[in-house]
Amino acid sequence: MLRPFKLHEPTSVHDAVSLLGRFGEEAKVYCGGTELLLAMKEGLLRYSHLVNIKTIPGLDEVGYDQGSGMLSIGATVTHTALEHSRQIQSQFPMIAEAEGNVANVRVRNVGTIGGNLCFSEPHSDPGAFLLLFDAQVEIQGPGGQRTIPLAELTLGPFETCLEDDEVLTRILVPRFPQGMTGAYLKFGYHARPTLGVGVSVGLEPPPSDDAGIERAVVAEVRVTVGSAGPKAVRVAEAEQLLMGKTVGELLPGSNGGESSTMDDAGRLAGRAADAMDDIHGSAEYKEHMVGVFLKRAFAKAINNRQPAVQSPLS
Amino acid sequence: MAINETQRPDIDRIPVNMTVNGRTVTDNLPPELTLLDFLRDWLGLKGAKRSCDLQVCGACTVLVNGKAVSSCTFLAFEARNAEVTTIEGLAQGGELHPLQQSFIDNAAFQCGFCTPGMIMAAKSLMDQNPHPNEEEIRAYMKGNICRCTGYKKIVEAIEGAAGR
Repeated sequence: MLRPFKLHEPTSVHDAVSLLGRFGEEAKVYCGGTELLLAMKEGLLRYSHLVNIKTIPGLDEVGYDQGSGMLSIGATVTHTALEHSRQIQSQFPMIAEAEGNVANVRVRNVGTIGGNLCFSEPHSDPGAFLLLFDAQVEIQGPGGQRTIPLAELTLGPFETCLEDDEVLTRILVPRFPQGMTGAYLKFGYHARPTLGVGVSVGLEPPPSDDAGIERAVVAEVRVTVGSAGPKAVRVAEAEQLLMGKTVGELLPGSNGGESSTMDDAGRLAGRAADAMDDIHGSAEYKEHMVGVFLKRAFAKAINNRQPAVQSPLS
Repeated sequence: MAINETQRPDIDRIPVNMTVNGRTVTDNLPPELTLLDFLRDWLGLKGAKRSCDLQVCGACTVLVNGKAVSSCTFLAFEARNAEVTTIEGLAQGGELHPLQQSFIDNAAFQCGFCTPGMIMAAKSLMDQNPHPNEEEIRAYMKGNICRCTGYKKIVEAIEGAAGR
């Protein structure tokens, strides 16, 4: 049962910020509500004022600048809109695919990317896969606008660095550097991933066909882990281990071999995940599975050199 | 729905206009009223069911402008200026919707509690993709849960309605 609250529907971010400043801890931004309303129904959160930012023009827009390769996603864009955006499907197929696997279709139809990031539920995918892109977020407050790395937004479970009177307005996602491809894999019951692992890789020289792939060297690599621990993180130690190695060395699967380097990177990623014991599994189990999924995500990122196959529904 | 009418000044209510199964509805709604409570308790449409109340099970699925939503966690005022379709709106002129008929023909339910949500989700799928294959049906329907039986009959019923 939802307790009564007063709804405010500002038509500008400036007005939203003023309202949030006026009501302080009594107020919260409402931006989809798929998570906020659940917590309010359970009585875990209580607000007497909700500020609906979905009525603010422009915040529901997706833009892509070909020249700079920068994708700009408004805070109130739904997961479904991201999954179906032609620009995202063509320029960021990994994001379209991952968004199509968030929760279930009903949550994707209503939940927004800004709401998802600001709620900072640890078992969430977008916070993990957007880290692969070195995404940034634009935040507006009473003193003006600031832009920070997405990696700095979430402090821990359900906690961000936003002040009470600040609004996340936009997510900025730069394209991968030329030649880099990525993949995000998650594991667990679909509604609440047990863990998610993202990998993006750039190879040198860029292999022209599968025959040359084993000798290609990892020239750039990013690794992210989410859902297993309190927040999604980049894993620099695992990235350093993988850098400079050949694909054949890291994925000797065709010869039935194991890669000690990949196993070590998996252990580092597992540790960096800071996995927690919970209903989804023990910390030890999750740490192990992060390693398993690092290897799979790495292989998928390499295979994604071809344009990703789109789901027929997208 | 225990809204305390005396404590809530009308000024906090939100004027809405929407169509529900083709019928125009105009009202002033408290912002915290969920679409499920509005449909069931204000309009008497009991087809959408409250089950998990967490957007996980799909028993409360209705369509808002053709999109499936969990009405248990969707605020009713958000349906302003929208077309809402519930299971009650599918049959036309005493004739069942092809999905309803196919669920019967395929015996795709036992207790029937999940069925309205299943059919509404399947309708939103088929409105986008009139001839989904089994894999597409399973991918789309994975957020609707049946606790009586399996999903085989449900998938067959949707395939039947889709002419597969």
